[in-house]
Amino acid sequence: MSTVLTVLRKDMLLELRSLETVPAMVLFSIATFVIFHFGLNRATIDGQLAAGVLTVTLLFAALLGVNRLFVAEREQGGFDAFLLAPVDRSALLVAKAAALFAFLAMLEVVAVPAFGVLLLGPSLGPPLLGLIAVLALADLALAVIGTLVSAIAVQSRARDLIGPLIGLPLLIPALIATARAAGPLLAVHGSGSPPGKWVAVLALYDLVFALLAYAVFDFLLED
Amino acid sequence: MDQPPAIELRGLSRHFGERTALRQVSLRVPPGATVAVLGHNGAGKSTLLRILATLLRPHAGEVAVLGEPLPRRAFAIRGRIGLLAHEPLLYRDLSGRENLRYQARLHGVGRQRVERLLAAVGMEARADEPVRALSRGMVQRLAVCRAVLHEPSVLLLDEPRANLDPAAGELVEPLIGRATGATRVLTSHDPEAALAEADLVLGLRQGRAAFAGPVAELDRRRLAELYA
Amino acid sequence: MIYGRGLRGLALVTTATVTVALALVFFYAPLDADQGFIQKIFYIHVPLAIVSLGGFVFGGVLAVGHLRTGDRRWDMRSYVAIHMALIFGIAGLLSGSIWAKASWGHWWVWNEPTLVSFLIVLLLFSTYQPLRFAIEDPERQARYASVFTIVAAAFVPLNFIAVRLAQQYVHPRVLTLSGGNLPGSMALTFYVSLIGIVLLYITLWRYEMAAKSARMHIRRLRRSLLDDEALPAMKRSAAPS
Repeated sequence: MSTVLTVLRKDMLLELRSLETVPAMVLFSIATFVIFHFGLNRATIDGQLAAGVLTVTLLFAALLGVNRLFVAEREQGGFDAFLLAPVDRSALLVAKAAALFAFLAMLEVVAVPAFGVLLLGPSLGPPLLGLIAVLALADLALAVIGTLVSAIAVQSRARDLIGPLIGLPLLIPALIATARAAGPLLAVHGSGSPPGKWVAVLALYDLVFALLAYAVFDFLLED
Repeated sequence: MDQPPAIELRGLSRHFGERTALRQVSLRVPPGATVAVLGHNGAGKSTLLRILATLLRPHAGEVAVLGEPLPRRAFAIRGRIGLLAHEPLLYRDLSGRENLRYQARLHGVGRQRVERLLAAVGMEARADEPVRALSRGMVQRLAVCRAVLHEPSVLLLDEPRANLDPAAGELVEPLIGRATGATRVLTSHDPEAALAEADLVLGLRQGRAAFAGPVAELDRRRLAELYA
Repeated sequence: MIYGRGLRGLALVTTATVTVALALVFFYAPLDADQGFIQKIFYIHVPLAIVSLGGFVFGGVLAVGHLRTGDRRWDMRSYVAIHMALIFGIAGLLSGSIWAKASWGHWWVWNEPTLVSFLIVLLLFSTYQPLRFAIEDPERQARYASVFTIVAAAFVPLNFIAVRLAQQYVHPRVLTLSGGNLPGSMALTFYVSLIGIVLLYITLWRYEMAAKSARMHIRRLRRSLLDDEALPAMKRSAAPS
């Protein structure tokens, strides 16, 4: 556990110093909202359409972070330095997933209000709690799959290609569940709580892949 | 020599796909001794160091470090070996102090040790600058600190004095020199310098041990052949 | 293991079963009342899809074997399983599309969850070869491919659940696999077809394994007879070596 915190702290410090990931994700999201405005030719959107636009934007923004997650480890010897230490290797998975989760949360703190201002018709106020719960589950899925995919892709040539190529299909079920769970929340006279069915699917997805990632991650570090 | 060896290799082989990096290498290093590993670029020196550092698994043969067979017991020796690799293994956007404190926490070493090391290599003044802003010699001094943070009893040194001027070389000497008492595996482009501080020598040529034995018994002609 | 042993017999049994299955499809199975002749593609399409999905999961199980033992022969088996399943899967997808066009008038229908989830699974496994190709060190390639395969195999059922739930109204299904509402003659034809396709998969898998392991043997022999340098350099490849 202390190893996880050590690595996580280092990642936060590194992001603070280099500002490579979170600002890029935020700018990308806002630019995407503008593109959706023109692409859809709509001043405001609501309901399932709004949920889809928000989910897809966050997903693609997340892929930017996924691509960068292990680059410093690979290029600056972070993997070797970590592997030389007498610590549990799975800690790296947990720490990286936690870092990605934190980056996504920071992204959403800016991107969701921006979405509310730029595109969303109904007010963001009433469904906010439900939306936070759904996005937290979605971020967990993105963090787990993103970390796994990033660890695979970073060792390949053309890693910027391999990451999204594997990540997108793997994330489709999570995307479906997120968009469907958020749809009723963003409707004009929306309900305040997300549909339980989709929250359950999302939670199941998180659970299965978190356990699976934990089981296979060590094999990505061996040499 | 009844003392158990600090490093023992028997018929060690490692390949990368079709290319063989090490073939049937055998060596015994008693505790506290220094081995010079000599050979051209690509002769297998770095591969050997990475295997001893538990970063690469051997494909055939037996490897034991501090009596623990690798790769099975790699976990047991990780905290007792120090690798000074070709790359500094430091994050370029963090400062030297932040890098060392991070690694110290991974190794369960206190902050005072970091400060003592920074002082020992004369880097206190610039310890808060990001690594990317430092000269290569300074980075190498930090890399030495990183390698010896946890006071390892086996030191794996890949070109330890690369980029260091003589003054800096003297600063790091107490950390990685013979005085540490550690068993040392040393590679160098400069065979004479390496031989001067070694007890044993292992000459690698295309992954094979061209010779292995005490420095005193080394035939200079064969050394010349190695670099021919 | 010698993969060539018994292959001739297996190939003969497979040919016979597939022939019988096709004969049943064309001459024995009744014409569907609504859809007519085109419905008979069902006997090819559904077994292809089932065998393809089974092949992906089979590949995942073999990949577990690889990670547990570290023996690269398991990776070879897994690779061939995925490779064959992909070919069967593409054939299954195309036949499904033809069926959709014939019975619903569209090449693609989004409200048929089995078809949609199948597409997603196929998309995922299509990245298997590019992934392998992008990793140069053969050992790492094998290990990473196995990790991918295990995750992707676990993804198969989860994906089906999510997509199935996402359809608000499932298209009235002509046929389900719960055999019960298949008339006897249709059920017989279907199961014979299924066995035929399963046998075809196994035969092709063993065939490619035999070829691949023979090539590996030859390489190993050459390497032990000649020096490393005398061997032609291996081309970069997605296939295990």
